[in-house]
Amino acid sequence: MNNSAVNTARLIGAGLRALIVLTVLCGVLYPLAVTGVAQALFPDRANGSEIKDSTGRVVGSELIGQRYDLPLRKGEETPAPDLRWFQPRPSNGLGENSVNTQYKLILSGATNRAGDNSELLQWVKDAKAAVVRDNSTADFTVKPSDVPADAVTSSGSGLDPHISPRYADLQAHRIAERNHLDVQRVRELVDQHTEGRSLGFMGEPRVNVLQLNIALKELTARS
Amino acid sequence: MSPELAGVLQLLALIAALALAHRPLGDHMARVYSSDRHLRVEKWIYRAIGANPSAEMRWPAYLRGVLAFSGVGVLFLYLLQRSQGMLPGSLGFASIDPDQAFNTAASFVANTNWQSYSGEQAMGHVVQTGGLAVQNFVSAAVGMAVAVALVRGFARTRTGELGNFWADLVRGVVRILVPIAVLGALVLVACGAIQNFAGIHEVGQFVGGSQQWNGGAVASQEVIKELGTNGGGYFNANSAHPFENPNPFSNLFEVFLILLIPFTLTRTFGKMVGSVRQGYAILGTMAVIWIAFTALMLWTEFAGRGPAFEAAGGAMEGKETRFGIGASAIFSVATTLTSTGAVNSFHSSNTGFGGGLNLLGMQLGEIAPGGVGSGLYGMLIMAIVAVFIAGLMVGRTPEYLGKKIGTREIKFAACYILITPALVLGFTAAAMALDTPADSMTNSGAHGFSEILYAYTSGANNNGSAFAGLNADTQWFNSTIGIAMLLGRFLPMVFVLALAGSLAEQRPIPATAGTLRTEKPLFTGLVVGTVLIVTGLTYFPALALGPLAEGLAA
Repeated sequence: MNNSAVNTARLIGAGLRALIVLTVLCGVLYPLAVTGVAQALFPDRANGSEIKDSTGRVVGSELIGQRYDLPLRKGEETPAPDLRWFQPRPSNGLGENSVNTQYKLILSGATNRAGDNSELLQWVKDAKAAVVRDNSTADFTVKPSDVPADAVTSSGSGLDPHISPRYADLQAHRIAERNHLDVQRVRELVDQHTEGRSLGFMGEPRVNVLQLNIALKELTARS
Repeated sequence: MSPELAGVLQLLALIAALALAHRPLGDHMARVYSSDRHLRVEKWIYRAIGANPSAEMRWPAYLRGVLAFSGVGVLFLYLLQRSQGMLPGSLGFASIDPDQAFNTAASFVANTNWQSYSGEQAMGHVVQTGGLAVQNFVSAAVGMAVAVALVRGFARTRTGELGNFWADLVRGVVRILVPIAVLGALVLVACGAIQNFAGIHEVGQFVGGSQQWNGGAVASQEVIKELGTNGGGYFNANSAHPFENPNPFSNLFEVFLILLIPFTLTRTFGKMVGSVRQGYAILGTMAVIWIAFTALMLWTEFAGRGPAFEAAGGAMEGKETRFGIGASAIFSVATTLTSTGAVNSFHSSNTGFGGGLNLLGMQLGEIAPGGVGSGLYGMLIMAIVAVFIAGLMVGRTPEYLGKKIGTREIKFAACYILITPALVLGFTAAAMALDTPADSMTNSGAHGFSEILYAYTSGANNNGSAFAGLNADTQWFNSTIGIAMLLGRFLPMVFVLALAGSLAEQRPIPATAGTLRTEKPLFTGLVVGTVLIVTGLTYFPALALGPLAEGLAA
């Protein structure tokens, strides 16, 4: 009896010491070493791939999506999109932190709605109608069948920094009209900012919305 | 190039990369677990633990080591979260509530990494890096140690000795997990994953205003999250978050890390039992199921059935543009057929059949290729059952790898197989019968039922992925899923180690003309059939109520 209690205590002591030693190795030395090397070799990326506009102001991260909306007006629940700029995907799953509310953190997330969820169906329909309405101009009509899926669905993170080249292209007429630019010039801009699949076959072609809008701003400032 | 072709090419590239790594890493791991030498750093660690790494253990002693180490781990991680509010370097984040702290501690020690919290708003640097990430390493090493003990049970004769738990644990961490993690973390940083100890970061935006993000040691945690088949994300969006998984290359690299050790351990097994072809037969079983599931998932997600997806023109809800449908489908199969549970797209927004594949993948017991270690021992249990069934058919005493599969052995295997379904179906039935748990559902009807079935399937099988519409941060779900994760992890280990001990004591039986050839493709087919029949029969009624009903309605 006494003997087995001593043995159990000895075993738990060994477990505790093993945990402490391995915590020092895997929870202190390893992350510090990786951080040191990462900060020395890739300081930009290790700190969040921030990008600056032509004036040198940090305007966000290359990797984190953001909204391009007009200021919220009275009586509106959500701000209207600023149609001078390329618009990102919807982000209905994105939230704001509900604990540790001394901060206003972005809370990444998806809607988690199933394909037969009526709320999701309504969001998709509304988004599609808005894309058709916003992007049709005097001499260009968007057909509902032209709207790609990414334009009307929320991403997994809610922070998707990209849109498909098709959705960017669809917005070209509107962008040209609102910024008094030539449609062809805007399309070239989209082409220049279209990234193909990595190594030709990984992932999908995409356009980084923030980089595209920075280039658009420079273009409008010049013309 | 069409997205479908790109998806298939990504799958082929993955297979090629895994094939290249198979021999060198598998042989390395066999040497690690068979060597008599101790590295200097390991000797320091053994001295600190106060253990003699050369002392052989019988199965009860080995099990006591596993349970003592894991029990201390749960308690330590619980207390760390409960005291977060007082710890420096925690961004001023508050302590975690008792039920959620228990759930999270159980989850990470059980290699499940189910998360009822959102990382970015709840867990500071100390808990993430010094607590959760540490369990990512050691819970994986424990799984590998138990698998190796079972392999020794097959390889050794007329002894009850299975090796030394402390030596297997420490070697797994020092010689296998840490070296790969260091290299992998740097690859991820080069792709764009963050790696810093900055506080909350306020960044300007294009149209004005600002965004707030947290910094953190993300890349170093991300790599072991995949390599150790853990799956707990630094951020709520897990591997869909651009700071965890920045581009299509990092994505495929993460899938590679998930599958690397589980597939490669079959080589280690073959080496240690003295016949690499036996390892290939097990590998073949795993690969057939994995490739078939991936093909089916690609098909159903590209087809995109379901009212909302058809209205949108594709099943892109919950998927990132940079990955698209192909790379998301590949990831979601890899993560549910292993015990990982990391996600780069949200399974709740998969098509009905796609979500059903995710569920079924976990219900197979996560053995194709399964978690690190747990995949191998789970599949070896299935191989034993297959040998037993074949033995019944021809009326011979079944044997596997020169060991007799007698009453004792088959009882242990049967108990192993029954534990998880009992936990999954029992808890799901209880949750459906009670009034309040259903309030946590986001979707109603068949998909709502699937949310709860998925939660307990994921917990008891130590996966950790979710139909995340379910609000799991309630006392009921935190407690019951926590219990399901612990029992689903450690009860099977009891039977695996008991089985290992029983096998190691046996005298070897020489192979004769009548011995079932377990290194042949026929045996691979037999094991695949056993896996599908055993789990199909167990879960079919529950699947019919959830994903099958939803898929057929679409």
